[in-house]
Amino acid sequence: MELLFALAIGALTTSGVYLLLRARTFPVIMGLTLLSYGVNLFLFASGRLATGQQPVIGTAASYSDPLPQALVLTAIVIGFAMTAFLVVLSLRNLADNENDHVDGRRETAPPPSKLEQEVSGK
Amino acid sequence: MTHWLIAPILIPLLGGILQVFMGYAPISLRRTLAIATTVLMLVSAVVLLALATDGSYRVYAFGNWQPPFGIVLVLDRLAALMLVLTAVLGLFCHIYASGGADEGNRQFHGLFLFQLMGLNIAFLTGDLFNLFVAFEVLLIASYGLLMHGGGSSRTVAGLHYVVLNLAGSALFLISVGMIYSVTGTLNMADLAVKIPQVTGNNLNLVKAGGMMLLVVFGLKAAILPLCFWLPKAYARATAPVAALFAVMTKVGIYAIVRIYPLMFGDDAGELANLGMDWLFPLALVTLSMGVIGALGADNLKTLVAWQVIISVGTLLAPIALGSEAGLSAALFYLVSTTWTVAALFLVSELVASQRGAAGDSIVTAPKMHHRTFLSVLFLIGAVAAAGLPPLSGFFGKLLILQSVEPGAEMAWLWGVLLIGGFLTLIAYSRAGSIVFWWNIDGHLETPEPMNNRVAISTGILTCLTMLIVVLAGPLSDFTRATAEQVYDNQGYINILQTPVHIPQNPLVGEIN
Repeated sequence: MELLFALAIGALTTSGVYLLLRARTFPVIMGLTLLSYGVNLFLFASGRLATGQQPVIGTAASYSDPLPQALVLTAIVIGFAMTAFLVVLSLRNLADNENDHVDGRRETAPPPSKLEQEVSGK
Repeated sequence: MTHWLIAPILIPLLGGILQVFMGYAPISLRRTLAIATTVLMLVSAVVLLALATDGSYRVYAFGNWQPPFGIVLVLDRLAALMLVLTAVLGLFCHIYASGGADEGNRQFHGLFLFQLMGLNIAFLTGDLFNLFVAFEVLLIASYGLLMHGGGSSRTVAGLHYVVLNLAGSALFLISVGMIYSVTGTLNMADLAVKIPQVTGNNLNLVKAGGMMLLVVFGLKAAILPLCFWLPKAYARATAPVAALFAVMTKVGIYAIVRIYPLMFGDDAGELANLGMDWLFPLALVTLSMGVIGALGADNLKTLVAWQVIISVGTLLAPIALGSEAGLSAALFYLVSTTWTVAALFLVSELVASQRGAAGDSIVTAPKMHHRTFLSVLFLIGAVAAAGLPPLSGFFGKLLILQSVEPGAEMAWLWGVLLIGGFLTLIAYSRAGSIVFWWNIDGHLETPEPMNNRVAISTGILTCLTMLIVVLAGPLSDFTRATAEQVYDNQGYINILQTPVHIPQNPLVGEIN
């Protein structure tokens, strides 16, 4: 289970970081969402992975730690609110700059090719 | 257990909630209530400062849970100093904002108060995860404030700022998870006990967590590889917001000062002084980068934004060396530079409002109105920022220079700080002489009116640097005592033994 869990966190984080580095706001938001999933799972694992254990110390030989679950809940709520804000902000960016480039750059026409330049020169 | 500790958090919280529901009330009523809230917050911060001067730690345990099991607020000299610094700054920025900058967004005052609340939580909390929550509270308010006023350039700068800080939050959570997985606690005092006991493979986990935490705080404080978002965002923000943001980078520095000497201090065994040998060269490079940016700035606000980065470098260099004298000098400079930079942001906005289309660009333009008043304020701010005598920036830098022990570090710090100071002076002289002296003939026909609130708040905030000079003795005594307290970990660890108040007749007994 540990291996599967670690692989899942790794895959989520890698895809998240990759998408975060893209130039359009939509992939960036997706990237941040995936990254926060990865982070939440990681935080959950910091209390050790155990199934069927009681969250109370002293009742059994091993126990499951309830605190990381509380931390994850807080992180989920905050992450959710931030993502919602970011979605609205990037829509605003789209409306203000008429494209969804993260730098707000306007699309420029591709430079004319050499052949075209020669043709127009003649 | 004194209940005063919760006041700087509750007052802006309740005031902010009131503002949320009063979005459609007359603006004069909203302004009066909002400024009254900030004044109350300042009063509570001063009360806490008076409490903290006796040098003891005061603990406020939420829900009466004995630390380390519950979240605690901890008041010491450092926290009290930061609270008063923020409250004074917040009050003047708020008065400035109520001079007209708060129009156009009904929730401006609410966001402003929530931002102050987030700052106060960050300064008071004694719990690592609660520090994360405080960062998020102040950040989400700052996202809204940064957008205040609208405009497409603000949207882009804001987008970068939000994305960067969200990535920073993810890193913060990962490092918190790493440290918790090994130590099983997030209470800072308990971490200071547990981290020196970590052995074996776990050591590397804590080390990685600690270093990642430094990256997060470095992002907040704008240390060099992580500082390029700052000039753009700060220069685009409305003046009172940019001025309030002057304290935001100081939150990162505060977090470094709070966490590293305590958790990774001299007693931390193998993890002692983690990351500090990285911090010193980075601080010097940050300082140099800030100076280069200031020399290249093409408008006043960008110039001041790079000044924020210069002061971050100046503050972190002595902190990284880890001496009590260094920290004391840095704290003295921190008070001075925060107020000065904030005042310069306000002055830049006033200059822009009197120059018509030229705005705050460093170009020749028709003579501005109120030129004498504004140029004197700019002169005071620039002299304090560049660190010339007789203003407080000079004393701050002098204390920093004195605090270094002779050696290679001294040569580097003296060299970078003095040459950097000289070049900053050139940047300010160039900006000031072009903006105030190189005028083309004629007057601007219709300047924006300058009202009393704006002029008075900017004037007082600028002149606080003189107040610091007058009170330099008591202030440096206080920062020295603060530095002593920060490096004395045993005092902080002892808060684990604080008896929390237990009711005489527990409810359970009565029901039975």
